[in-house]
Amino acid sequence: MNTALSCKHIEVDFDGFKAVSGVDLELARGEVHFLIGPNGAGKTTLVDAITGLAKYSGSVVKDGEELRGKKVHHIARRGIGRTFQTAQVFDNLTVAQNLDIAAGAGRSPWTLLRRRRHLPQNVVDTMARIGLADHADTPAGVLAHGQKQWLEIGMLLVGDADVLLLDEPIAGMGHDERETTGRLLHDIAADRAVAVVEHDMDFMRAFASRVTVLHAGAVLASGSVDEVSNDPRVQEVYLGTAKEAADAATA
Amino acid sequence: MSPAPVRMFLKTRLGTWTGFGAAAIVLFGLAPLLLSGFRLGLLAQFICYAIVAVGIGLAWGRGGMLTLGQGVFFGMGAYLMAMHLKMADAEFRNGPGAVPDFMELAGIRELPAYWAPFSSPAFTIAMILLLPTAFAVLLGLAVFKRRVKGAYFAILSQALAGAFAILLIGQQSLGGFNGLSRFQYFFGFTLADPVNQQMLYFIAAGVLLAVVAIALQLRRSRYGELLVAVRDAEERVRFLGYDAANVKVVAYAVAALFASVAGAVFVPVVGIISPASIGIVPSIMFILGVAIGGRASLVGPVVGALAVAWAQTALSEQFPSAWTYAQGLLFIAIIALLPGGIASVFKRFPTKRTPVEAAA
Repeated sequence: MNTALSCKHIEVDFDGFKAVSGVDLELARGEVHFLIGPNGAGKTTLVDAITGLAKYSGSVVKDGEELRGKKVHHIARRGIGRTFQTAQVFDNLTVAQNLDIAAGAGRSPWTLLRRRRHLPQNVVDTMARIGLADHADTPAGVLAHGQKQWLEIGMLLVGDADVLLLDEPIAGMGHDERETTGRLLHDIAADRAVAVVEHDMDFMRAFASRVTVLHAGAVLASGSVDEVSNDPRVQEVYLGTAKEAADAATA
Repeated sequence: MSPAPVRMFLKTRLGTWTGFGAAAIVLFGLAPLLLSGFRLGLLAQFICYAIVAVGIGLAWGRGGMLTLGQGVFFGMGAYLMAMHLKMADAEFRNGPGAVPDFMELAGIRELPAYWAPFSSPAFTIAMILLLPTAFAVLLGLAVFKRRVKGAYFAILSQALAGAFAILLIGQQSLGGFNGLSRFQYFFGFTLADPVNQQMLYFIAAGVLLAVVAIALQLRRSRYGELLVAVRDAEERVRFLGYDAANVKVVAYAVAALFASVAGAVFVPVVGIISPASIGIVPSIMFILGVAIGGRASLVGPVVGALAVAWAQTALSEQFPSAWTYAQGLLFIAIIALLPGGIASVFKRFPTKRTPVEAAA
């Protein structure tokens, strides 16, 4: 297994409440790794911790380097990219400008102070890859919901991230868009590690190379889709919450 | 008139030069021709406010930093220039090391040590350019690295302007409450001479054009796009590997530099600088013109600042109390009805439209 990111015993403590307690996670290049679990399982908090937003104890190592305690932008510069539950793009800038900014974190002040004469090649290529080649000059704010999410993924690609942490990338998408997104994820995972936080079980079954189930801040099970779906503890968590929800609805 | 083709034209290289050419003709040709010396002096004063406004347009309009305390930087530039003018006047009358007249009146016999270097014009100009900028960089780093923003940043900068004015009131060696005034010479030119007054106007107009040109280059550069990105989604920028605080510090420091230069030009034009011109109220007045003109546009802040200053002078003479209320109402109306300022009227397409598909 070609490990890209290795998390050991991650613990996130919010004033005494352990949102994540003792999670181990390995992300490998070539895999689309799904993180699933009921609400409050700590999935997004785990992503926050890895990307430097939430303080944690434990260890996150990428390419032999410990990332704990580094600032958000330093972690991003080391090739770890993330998206957000609601796509965060620059609404007032065009698709091309969005991608050009994402591609330019290493630019010198001199380059920054000058006008962009032409788009970098990787920006042009990525626009085609995420299906926005015809929208180069469209303000990101007027893009459809799904297109924004693709743009945000594209921004990580041009920034040369090789560990992608995607928070609900298909939320609000229609069926065709989900299929396209799933194929895109496998396409980009060829030489990257992709982790997907998701609620949608059908999408997970269709596209997961590996699944980790989180529950109450801890890893409940990890393995292939089949292994995880047949795990009795996973069934209990999911059926249990389903049963409680049904009870609540009838009450 | 259909505004869209005009806007498109102004974005081309030829359009840019045409715009600057037209502005130069108005400022250097028409205005001196049509305005009396007194009116031209007033215009020079308003242009100083417009120079501050260009910086605010950059920091607030493009960078999202509500700089409610630009009076600090304006005041720094003004006082630095005023110190040099007082020193030069005193030396012209009583030889090197002489004490400026207001100090004699206040009973200060020895020249304070920090005044001495300001007898040098080169040192003074260097300080006008460097000191406020360096202060803005340090303050900006301290504030933005801690992610202080929005209203907290606005309140902080406003408090700073208030504190700075109070600090100056207490400094007898800087003229205290009365400030510094009654300048005779400006780098050897007699200020009483109308020709030299016109020269000061030309300097102010030239600085305005230069400042607008710098702001335009910054807006059109990759940095300008990055600054807008930081304004709209700072988190996203940080997660792309940029230190967003540094991006903001640059715009903040440039705005400070512009305000400082404006203050330095203001002093010989108006002939007085006192704490009353740099405290909280003047700082808000700087913002007012920018908000009315259109903070995110390039020319909007300039036009807004000129218009507000002109209205202040023209209308407050006739309706002293009514104007204050009218000003407040105008501000509220603009914020409520035209958040993009008057400049947004000329925009055919709003920059922000509702998404085609509603978010789930």
